[in-house]
Amino acid sequence: MFFWIVQRDLLLAVRRRSDVLTTLFFFVIVVSLFPLSVGPEMNMLRTMAPGVVWVAALLASMLSLGRLFSNDYLDGTLEQMLLSPQSLSFLVLGKALAHWLVTGVPLVLMAPVLGIQYDLPADALFVLTISLLLGTPVLSLIGAIGAALTLGLRGGGVLVSLLVLPLYIPVLIFGAGAVEANMAGLGYDAHLSLLGAFLLVSLVFSPWATAASLRVSME
Amino acid sequence: MAINWYKYSSPASFYSLAGKMIPFFAIIAFGLLVAGLYIGFFVAPTDFQQGEAYRIIFIHVPAAWMSMFLYVVMAIWAGIGLAFNTRLSSMMATAIAPTGALFTFLALWTGSLWGKPMWGTWWVWDARLTSELILLFLYIGFMSLQAAIDDPRRADKAGAIIALVGVINIPIIYFSVQWWNTLHQGASVSVTQAPTMAETMLTGMMIMVFASWMYSIAVILKRVRVIILERESHTAWVADLRRKGAL
Amino acid sequence: MLQGRDLTCVRGDRRLFKGVSFTVEAGGLMQVNGPNGSGKTSLLRMLCGLSNPAMGEITWNGEAIKSLAGAYHSELTYIGHLSGTKDDLTALENLRIASALSGIQITEKQASDALAHMGLEGREALPAKVLSQGQRRRVALARLLVSKTKLWILDEPLAALDVMAVKLIQGLLDQHLTNGGMVVLTTHQDINITAASTIQLQLA
Repeated sequence: MFFWIVQRDLLLAVRRRSDVLTTLFFFVIVVSLFPLSVGPEMNMLRTMAPGVVWVAALLASMLSLGRLFSNDYLDGTLEQMLLSPQSLSFLVLGKALAHWLVTGVPLVLMAPVLGIQYDLPADALFVLTISLLLGTPVLSLIGAIGAALTLGLRGGGVLVSLLVLPLYIPVLIFGAGAVEANMAGLGYDAHLSLLGAFLLVSLVFSPWATAASLRVSME
Repeated sequence: MAINWYKYSSPASFYSLAGKMIPFFAIIAFGLLVAGLYIGFFVAPTDFQQGEAYRIIFIHVPAAWMSMFLYVVMAIWAGIGLAFNTRLSSMMATAIAPTGALFTFLALWTGSLWGKPMWGTWWVWDARLTSELILLFLYIGFMSLQAAIDDPRRADKAGAIIALVGVINIPIIYFSVQWWNTLHQGASVSVTQAPTMAETMLTGMMIMVFASWMYSIAVILKRVRVIILERESHTAWVADLRRKGAL
Repeated sequence: MLQGRDLTCVRGDRRLFKGVSFTVEAGGLMQVNGPNGSGKTSLLRMLCGLSNPAMGEITWNGEAIKSLAGAYHSELTYIGHLSGTKDDLTALENLRIASALSGIQITEKQASDALAHMGLEGREALPAKVLSQGQRRRVALARLLVSKTKLWILDEPLAALDVMAVKLIQGLLDQHLTNGGMVVLTTHQDINITAASTIQLQLA
């Protein structure tokens, strides 16, 4: 059942490739805007890089939240999910996983290329990729709560950013912090462990909170 | 004397009870405020390190405390409303949010006023100020979500979920910001790190804390009354009040 | 046995209906009638457990559906206004995924048989967006062919269907009722189905 959901969402994403690419290009464009706005001074860009890439990843992931439930809501599939004998939290987990595979993973894969634009050294690129790999699933999981709560509301897209961006802050701090620590010659293990811990906590709580939110929004 | 608490959980009877309680809390709040400000600004000694500027703590510290405390109280009421389906608890949560946001804003504002003489800038990314800013975002998120939902029952429940998610996250956010701040060697003096507290300072501050409490209770009760009227406008007892000219 | 006791439905400030009670036995059919906006869909959603009655209780074999949750849902098939068909998926994929979601995994063969039975032979591999309204409805209703659930709750199942399809669905409902199933439905069309017991529920 879990795999049916994941498979279905991936299939839908393949049929609608443009949606996936839009998110990815958004990420690339935002990151590329910074050198144009603050100047091409490499030392400054290098110190800014982790933060810029992470903030852009946050925004890109958040922008794609609208698609997480709204199509299913509009065509009635969500009602069927609520009526499934399978627990809703489980289905939600499947949808969050699919969302991450479709939006998070491309960001992770693209990040090293963007890091090169900012002249990051090789090991910093590595840490950046690992931190995004651990952090982006948390963004999908937390974002799912916001997406579920704002389902079918006027201006839901802007509202979801108000709800989830403050909750993204710890991920941002430790994600960008890991890269900065590495560049400063410090250990970054603690940062990554904490990102891992956030991932575990959100894996446990978020599907449950999202399921409750969906029930509230569908009533 | 046994009080029938259950009776007061119905919006209609709570409406009249709250009406009787408000003047009481309002008067106490006003009295404490005058006393606290007097002690703070005229009685408490000048600090040898920070000069007169430190006096902002008499407003800043109570505001910062209340802002965090009220968020927790709001989440508790909202959670009770969600778990037991009690409408009044959810209305309490909705009524608390603006007051909490107000105190958060006040804490930020006074913190910034204090920062100018101390650090020479209106804003520093000090751990506490940053956490306070994020708290303001959380309040705004809660209020915007409730405002966007037309159906009050859904607004109550959705608000409760986001408030509970927020309350789980507050310690994590606070801890993250602390960590971030120490890594980046932020400000070395903090607003709440008051100078060696003289006894009068402490007294003044505690009085101000109580004044904020009383003020919050009075204002929140007032707001609950408005919310009750709004939601129950189609019921017989509100029509009754209207006929008697009590509205 | 599906039982509703003293159900009240409130939407915003308005009360749609109150004091609605009924019992649907095995092999029984309940047709919910009423003008637009009388709360038919609200009642059906309530019976599914999607929303809660403002007052009253719904039980399945004597137990509140709220406490049964998943166990109740595994005996229930609901087809609402929105058919739940995805534009970008083919008819076949739509049917297989919709069934899987309701707990029944079917093979490709079973799915294409069901679609053929619904008169969609040769269109299984077309994306749903090129199908007509009636054909999409048939894809959604094909779920009934593969469903093994006892209770069917159908909101306007006959809307947008042609005469042939209406006949097909009537036959399907007949068979389900004969096998001891239960059906709750709303429709504006005349249907003629023989059931062990038929309840006409009128909402004002």
